[in-house]
Amino acid sequence: MDELLRVEGLVKHYRVRRGWGGRGARVHAVDGVSFAIAPNETYALVGESGCGKSTTGFAVLRLIEPTAGRVWFRGRNVLALDPEGLRRMRREMQIVFQDPFGSLNPRLTVERTLEEPLLNHERLSAAERRERVAEMLEVVGLHPEHRRRFPHEFSGGQRQRIGIARALMLRPRLVVGDEPVSALDVSVRAQILNLIVKLQRRFGISLLFISHDLAVVRYVSHRVGVMYLGRIVETAPVRELYENPLHPYTRALLSAVPVPDPRRRRTRILLPGDVPSPIDPPPGCRFHPRCPEALAVCREEDPRPRRPADGRIVCCHLYGGSPPGETVSPAPEPGASPPTPEERRT
Amino acid sequence: MLEGAESLRLWGETLRALGRSPGAVIGGGLLLAILATSLLFPWFTAADPLAQDLLARLTPPCWQEGGSLAHPLGTDNLGRDVLVRILHGSRVSLFVGFAAVLVACGSGILLGLLSGYYGGRLDSLIMRVADVFMAYPFMLLTISVIAVLGNSILNLILVLGLSDWVTYARTVRGSVLSIKEKEFVTAARSVGTPNRVILRRHIFPNVLSPVLVLGTVRVANIIIWESGLSFLGMGVPPPMPTWGRMLAEGRVYITDAWWLVTLPGLAIMLTILAINLLGDGLRDALDPRLRNIPR
Repeated sequence: MDELLRVEGLVKHYRVRRGWGGRGARVHAVDGVSFAIAPNETYALVGESGCGKSTTGFAVLRLIEPTAGRVWFRGRNVLALDPEGLRRMRREMQIVFQDPFGSLNPRLTVERTLEEPLLNHERLSAAERRERVAEMLEVVGLHPEHRRRFPHEFSGGQRQRIGIARALMLRPRLVVGDEPVSALDVSVRAQILNLIVKLQRRFGISLLFISHDLAVVRYVSHRVGVMYLGRIVETAPVRELYENPLHPYTRALLSAVPVPDPRRRRTRILLPGDVPSPIDPPPGCRFHPRCPEALAVCREEDPRPRRPADGRIVCCHLYGGSPPGETVSPAPEPGASPPTPEERRT
Repeated sequence: MLEGAESLRLWGETLRALGRSPGAVIGGGLLLAILATSLLFPWFTAADPLAQDLLARLTPPCWQEGGSLAHPLGTDNLGRDVLVRILHGSRVSLFVGFAAVLVACGSGILLGLLSGYYGGRLDSLIMRVADVFMAYPFMLLTISVIAVLGNSILNLILVLGLSDWVTYARTVRGSVLSIKEKEFVTAARSVGTPNRVILRRHIFPNVLSPVLVLGTVRVANIIIWESGLSFLGMGVPPPMPTWGRMLAEGRVYITDAWWLVTLPGLAIMLTILAINLLGDGLRDALDPRLRNIPR
């Protein structure tokens, strides 16, 4: 199948020292994550804070150096690139950050921030650069006159538009959205989400969308990977995941989403205890100490990924099915446009 | 760094904020007056600070009995005019103060940026050298260097500057450590900006404010150190008058001629007060969080 990005067995461990002269320990932030993203596709990583979803996103771009694994982008291994090759590769992979306040240099005008990618990668005259900046400001819904302003003169939503504009300046093929709307007011969240979806379609971008907000994920993504303690426990097309979650963790997660219908009866699945420390992740299935359906085997054996249905992968002993040979992702059919926001809602 | 009209606007905002602080206005005004006096006094008096008038030795200031308007602030033990000497001394003291701070600032900022941004072995090396400098008594260092190299103004500036770089380096390093974790630095890396450009464009302008404040305060310190060294005979080579040497020479006559130590001491105090007031105001004005609080 057609793949833009393929991540295989990505690992990021952090060394920490416990106390004076204490034994070094390892935080297993990301522990063997694999997924693939097709052109024009939005793949979402969801999970609680600390499950490693942002680390995964940063490691894919090598903004954090992964401990192990492979990242293939358009057939090239990103992790094997030398600094110059990496610099060139970054033209095509960009990121939108979570914090619209911290992600813009307070001492640079919008224009200076937006022309930076052009200065690094393209030889343009000052006038050409100015034109590109003005063009992009309009694309993200800001006034070209705004280019002379400083970040503190904008609202959070406007700043996030600037962050999006910066990511799109070089016309990348892949954008990592690291919780791009979590820091925004609910009132502007929908606007920014619509903008992201619109621009994704307009420029033909693949999106790795990282979020803890299940409602947001349902709205923007085609496929979803659910992360727990540094691993992806379930991958499925968005509709199937929300209608028929397989992994017990996914079910618990979805049962916590509020449903705006007072008549509908919901069964809440309350998980006992807290997420275990990523320094000593539990043996066997990482979810077994909290799993309401844990079997004896879960304590000892790490569940292999299984494919209970087409396009679905789940790491759980409850399910049979063949282990996946290839990481499967249903590519949008050739010629078919990605679903509109209204369609995605269903 | 910033360019053009936008950067002027940012500085304009800072200046306006500075104008709202009464301390900064008083300090800044006083400092301007002192600098202007020290630059412009030759237009008004051509008197020689070394000219001796042995018949008018130890004349008191004009408002005291026995004083005369020929020597408004009195004369010293060799009959040299105290006012003229203070004016000439201001040039040396202020020049040495600002020049030494520039040397210290320049080397400290550079080493602090490298140390904080690149980290690792370079950081350890620079910071251990800084520890040595901090552990070594500054006076001892200065005196030994001056004793070996001889005392000239240039040596003095270099020695004073180089013994003070540690403060800047550590301040800058600390700021860099926090700034480099900001998302806009990560963003710059992700759009492919090389390290040296990140340092110059994103990190340096954002660590500048604390250094600017520190610099103003350290000018005052350097002036005191220069006075101390001149007092010990290790400062600016004689017979050039400096405020510190005037203090040292006047000390012997303190019981008979109070003005010989009090007046240069007052000059030092006023200058330092002005600089500190300005520095305090600058600290508040450069912090955008404090900037918009109505006073």
